[in-house]
Amino acid sequence: MPGKLKAKIVAGRHLPVMDRASDLTDAFVEVKFGNTTFKTDVYPKSLNPQWNSEWFKFEVDDEDLQDEPLQITVLDHDTYSANDAIGKVYIDIDPLLCSEAATVISGWLPIYDTIHGIRGEINVLVKVDLFNDLNRFRQSSCGVKFFCTTSIPRCYRAIMVHGFVEELVVNEDPEYQWIDRIRTPRASNEARQRLIFLMSGELQRKIGLKVLEMGGNAVVGYLQCFDLEGESGLVVRAIGTACTLEKISTFPATATHPSNSSPSKDMKEPVFGEEAPGVPLSSGPPTPLRAQTFSSFSPSKSYSRQSSSSDTELSLTPKTGMGSGGSAGKDAGPLKALLKQQTQSALEQREYPFFTLTVFPPGFLLHVGGVVSARSVKLLDRIHNPDEPETRDAWWEEIRQEIKSHAKSLGCHAVVGYSESTSICEEVCILSASGTAAILSSRFMQDGPLDTELRLSQQPLCVFSTGSERVEGDMGSSASLGFEEVVSPGCGFCHIPYDELNIPFPAQLTYCYCCRRYKVPDVLFTTIDLPTEASVTGKGCLIQARLCRTKKKAQGEVNATAISNLLPFLEYELHTQLMNKLKLRGMNALFGLRIQISVGETMLLGLASATGVYLTALPSPGGIQIVGKTPSDITYEQHISNMQKKINDTITKNKELYEINPPEVVEEIIGSPIPEPRQRSRLFRSHSESSDDVSEIDLSHGKKDAFVLEIDDTDAVEDIHALLTDSPTPAGFYSCNTEIMPGIQNWTSAIQMFTSVRVFRLNANLTNQGLNKIFSDLCENLLKSLYFKLRSMVPCCLCHLNFTVAIPEDELIQVAVTAVALSFDKEQTLENGKQSGEKTPIKAITENDEQLQFNLELNAETSSSSISPKGLSEVGSHPSARAPSVDYSSFADRCSSWIEQLKLKAHTIRRGSVKTTSSMEKASPLPEGRSRSLRSNRSYSGSSVAVVKMTPLSFIPGAKIIKYLGIINMFFIRETSSLREEGGVSGFLHTFIAEVFAMVRAHVAALGGNAVVSYSMKECVFMENPNKNQAQCLINVSGDAVIFVRESELELTSVQPQSATTQTSNGGEGT
Amino acid sequence: MSVELDVFVGNTTIMDKEVYQLWLNGYTVNDAVKVRIEGGVMEECEASAEVLLSDTMDQYRTFQMCERLLHHPAKLANQLLFQIPPDRQAMLIERYYAFDDSFVREVLGKKLSKGTKKDLDDVSIKTGIMLKSCRRQFDNFKRVFKVVEELKGPLVENIRQHFLLPDPLARDYAAIVFFANNRFETGKKKLQYLTFQDFAFCAGQLINNWTVGAVDNMMEDMDVDLDKEFLQDLKDLKILITDKDLLDQHKSLVCTALRGKTNVFNEMEANFKNLSRGLVNIAAKLINAKDVRDFFIDLVEKFIEPCRSDKLTSIDVNLYLTHYTNSAHILDTFKHHTVWTRYMGVIKSCILRMYHD
Repeated sequence: MPGKLKAKIVAGRHLPVMDRASDLTDAFVEVKFGNTTFKTDVYPKSLNPQWNSEWFKFEVDDEDLQDEPLQITVLDHDTYSANDAIGKVYIDIDPLLCSEAATVISGWLPIYDTIHGIRGEINVLVKVDLFNDLNRFRQSSCGVKFFCTTSIPRCYRAIMVHGFVEELVVNEDPEYQWIDRIRTPRASNEARQRLIFLMSGELQRKIGLKVLEMGGNAVVGYLQCFDLEGESGLVVRAIGTACTLEKISTFPATATHPSNSSPSKDMKEPVFGEEAPGVPLSSGPPTPLRAQTFSSFSPSKSYSRQSSSSDTELSLTPKTGMGSGGSAGKDAGPLKALLKQQTQSALEQREYPFFTLTVFPPGFLLHVGGVVSARSVKLLDRIHNPDEPETRDAWWEEIRQEIKSHAKSLGCHAVVGYSESTSICEEVCILSASGTAAILSSRFMQDGPLDTELRLSQQPLCVFSTGSERVEGDMGSSASLGFEEVVSPGCGFCHIPYDELNIPFPAQLTYCYCCRRYKVPDVLFTTIDLPTEASVTGKGCLIQARLCRTKKKAQGEVNATAISNLLPFLEYELHTQLMNKLKLRGMNALFGLRIQISVGETMLLGLASATGVYLTALPSPGGIQIVGKTPSDITYEQHISNMQKKINDTITKNKELYEINPPEVVEEIIGSPIPEPRQRSRLFRSHSESSDDVSEIDLSHGKKDAFVLEIDDTDAVEDIHALLTDSPTPAGFYSCNTEIMPGIQNWTSAIQMFTSVRVFRLNANLTNQGLNKIFSDLCENLLKSLYFKLRSMVPCCLCHLNFTVAIPEDELIQVAVTAVALSFDKEQTLENGKQSGEKTPIKAITENDEQLQFNLELNAETSSSSISPKGLSEVGSHPSARAPSVDYSSFADRCSSWIEQLKLKAHTIRRGSVKTTSSMEKASPLPEGRSRSLRSNRSYSGSSVAVVKMTPLSFIPGAKIIKYLGIINMFFIRETSSLREEGGVSGFLHTFIAEVFAMVRAHVAALGGNAVVSYSMKECVFMENPNKNQAQCLINVSGDAVIFVRESELELTSVQPQSATTQTSNGGEGT
Repeated sequence: MSVELDVFVGNTTIMDKEVYQLWLNGYTVNDAVKVRIEGGVMEECEASAEVLLSDTMDQYRTFQMCERLLHHPAKLANQLLFQIPPDRQAMLIERYYAFDDSFVREVLGKKLSKGTKKDLDDVSIKTGIMLKSCRRQFDNFKRVFKVVEELKGPLVENIRQHFLLPDPLARDYAAIVFFANNRFETGKKKLQYLTFQDFAFCAGQLINNWTVGAVDNMMEDMDVDLDKEFLQDLKDLKILITDKDLLDQHKSLVCTALRGKTNVFNEMEANFKNLSRGLVNIAAKLINAKDVRDFFIDLVEKFIEPCRSDKLTSIDVNLYLTHYTNSAHILDTFKHHTVWTRYMGVIKSCILRMYHD
């Protein structure tokens, strides 16, 4: 589908003075796309030139349209010497390629120079005319929509969720090419920026192709990352969830109401029925049955998940030959098995049944098993042939396989909330993947063969609208409609997905505290957002585990091995910390768990962040008991009892603070291998664990009762101390790393997104404890600073607190946080609080069980099998995995779920083994558009700067998103050789981040948007050399540009000043 | 162990008014932190000194980055780097351009030159205002002066538009520019009792009545300079004191009107010629730039001080000046009514303002 790209350069303003003599500038503009370049006339002697150029036209392939950015360079004309570049603007054309997104890019965009930063602005107009494409073999994927949002975007409904898409492209890093030695830093930076633009364009196009192949039309939860591998190259990789989305047409009024979907669903279903027979089924149950299944529940949207599964059961059982006890009733086991089976048939076809979504349409997520994660240590080598990035592909494949098998061992067939990340130090690279094992409803997935064959025939199986989370009424009824499995809404996902008679690990199961019918674990860890239907008692809070481990400097394989050996301990300790902190707050579940391991030359850094909540369905957590190992003298005893008291007090205080006041229930615990459930779970901790043979530990742990915190040396004291030093959030503040905070609903429209970065220099020769303390203080202080900064927004909640740690160089720790502060209305909160204090099912929806764990043995097997022959150090992984499980007898299970998944492998790749190059293709030169001189005389002198909101959340409180304009994915490099003059490192970075925000806002405004949602700063690489007065920083940000409207006009006026919510400010007249 | 880098950037630029004021006042980061600690913000927000330091540094950095924009306030609304709500922008500008009366009294009427700037440390010591703040205020004066100097049209309006200042502040700046341009002497001891607002009021009178812009709406000229033609014409008023008959006639008219209306009639009568001579002489000399500078000191010496020694109240002075002005119009041989009205209108309001009881 060739297209015509048209660009018009209107005017510039605030240009820098380029000619000292006249204090003015003779500016002109070069517009480049692919290999075609146009120029405007020189507009002499002005800092606010009015070019009013003709329309420059580029006739290009849509493939190029997707890959290439439009590059606009502003230069100062110089008669006698070379023209000086003022700066550049890269414009991503992609949003214009999709009919539902933006139609024109028009507005003032900052002119950016990698050395000087923003230097004035330029007003441009860009349009694309696409011709219809009938070519089936096309290489382009125009029209596939991309969303960073990890839920079904509001104002769309998902017709089908196809599943996981991934792709990666590699190239040489221009910074490491030989030519870099002779070119200027500016040229090198620009080469890099441009290359990354090209690579992300290409990546997006390739992913789009995969989506089309699967029959989808959109990618949700699109996550793109860069690996700057230094010498060995540059990798751009992306994952996402392919979906078929449909715009909710009745936009303003109903867009966000899920309930609207039912009518449309009804309409669709019949279609499915008709078409279904034609669907080629490679695996699943016979079509007719299936159709039946669906039609059976189509008439009404309200039915419980469980009921749907039972339908399926009926239809499926014969076919699959599953021994399904008809005992659907109370016996959840078989039912679950069936359920599993059914969806598995859909999922098994998929290479990876992964979903990058963290929020699900109602009815999609049935049960949650627990966190699964896998890590692998690799040695980087030069990528010799960029066109064949097999090595990297293979690495990820290994990890994904592992994740898949972990999920299986948890009795789950899918992984949700899935993400991947890397940490690179010199030539060592840690690849990590994590997600939450889960059982999904098949309603939103195709059964049978996926992909290609189905493409033509695919029809919506079901429609659900997503929109906003609130589904309450509707859901409530649906839940009650269900048959025997009248699951009290909001507890279904907690019910265990695995068979309790066959629990692979010692677990403490109880009947669900909500429905009393199904088993639940005592603790649940997940990487997803809190399901909106979940019933939660009280409020949640951010829980972080922080850890530093020193390591010896080493090279190559030795280094990789050392790291692999350390990782399990790191993970174990992080888990222990999380668990303790969770108990300390009297909570029993973690959502949004994100564990980041960062590697440096002499240390490893681990940061786990999650949002703790008290799930009403789960049992109340026990306390923490401290036991001295050698009860020798009295003072010691006293010391211990003091500490115990402190801990108990803290727990009580926290319960009050978070309004955790669960109803008293008779405890009945069943089916747990541990006969006597302890109220007080005990954590036993030995110090040897970090140094001694791991497997030994877990044996010993296994014999002990859980939940005693044993103190036998300073180490442990430190730990307890650390446990207690997390200072509570100041009054009026709440914090979480998920999208929403349970228990708070009445958000005002005041929002404030921010990014904060700190770099801390360490002294040499610190012990592990010393390091831990410093690192922990660093994070705590950062949080305190945030609270202080945002005090004017109280009462408010910091949502989506996303911490990123890095070790930029030896002895430096960098922590970056991006989050949004939302203020809420206090009055109502109090009311809510009261309610919740009593016992609040906050929202109700559907489903049922939960799960956790998996089988240790299984796991071990799978993991070992998944280990590649080259794996160097699998050593640590199993033992470590077990250790936790033993430790806390009760939740060991859960822990084990994720810990187990670790797999560490060091891979050595022989140098030269693989070749590389860049897959980026140069845009082919195209016929140049003839230039016509249509001068428009409009002058764009006056201007107002539109207010653009930014938020890491997928929504804007008090407002409706009415249109998605396209994905924003920007990469910038900034460098300076006059660091001191720019205010030192802080001044430099402060300016740069402000510039990045400004550019994001300007591009969104140019697309016609007024907000960016799901914004994230995915990369912030900062390097400095104070001796040379130099610094360099790379930042990569992404998000979805949207248009939103306030729910009520009234709110516009009541906006608080700081919230930036005021509408457009009209600035002075431009000049 | 040290924090090497510490940055906070909000999508909406967060600015604390209190810290902004400390910054404007010229406090160093450390002093500002001390002030804030004493202010009790720590207890209020459960913060530590470290947090306060970090916040203060951050804000200072933000202000420094904004300062460039504040020099051209119109740019603040148009720039993309900082997203600042309009009401905040207005606050930033207003406070940045705000000045201390005690400071402005020191430099009012002085040439806004490098030389004056060098003397700012003395001013700083004398007024107790930090040097940094003095410099900012001085630079503001100078910047406004430079921009407005060459512009046509009404002075106050120009200032308001170019610097987006609220009306009262724009008027003050107009006064400062006007004083600096005409180099009015304000520093003499006898003038010390006058506040900046007194002068600003007088400047307003002069700008509105005695400049070219005041009579000629063509806006050909600026408001900064006094109307030369008018000054020339003022010489004609001399007849009021040089012509003996006219002087006597004037006196009798005034005395007739005043008799019985005031307790100090006798003093007024006795002093009439003196006072009249003083005022008319001032008018006649205004054509000389040097005498323009002494305008205020002359008013004080020639009129206000004599009145004060006679213990006139401002009501008396008002009464006197009203009749003094009106009576001149009744004089048969006096022809310069327009000039007289234009002159006396300003003189009267200035004197009344400057006449502190």
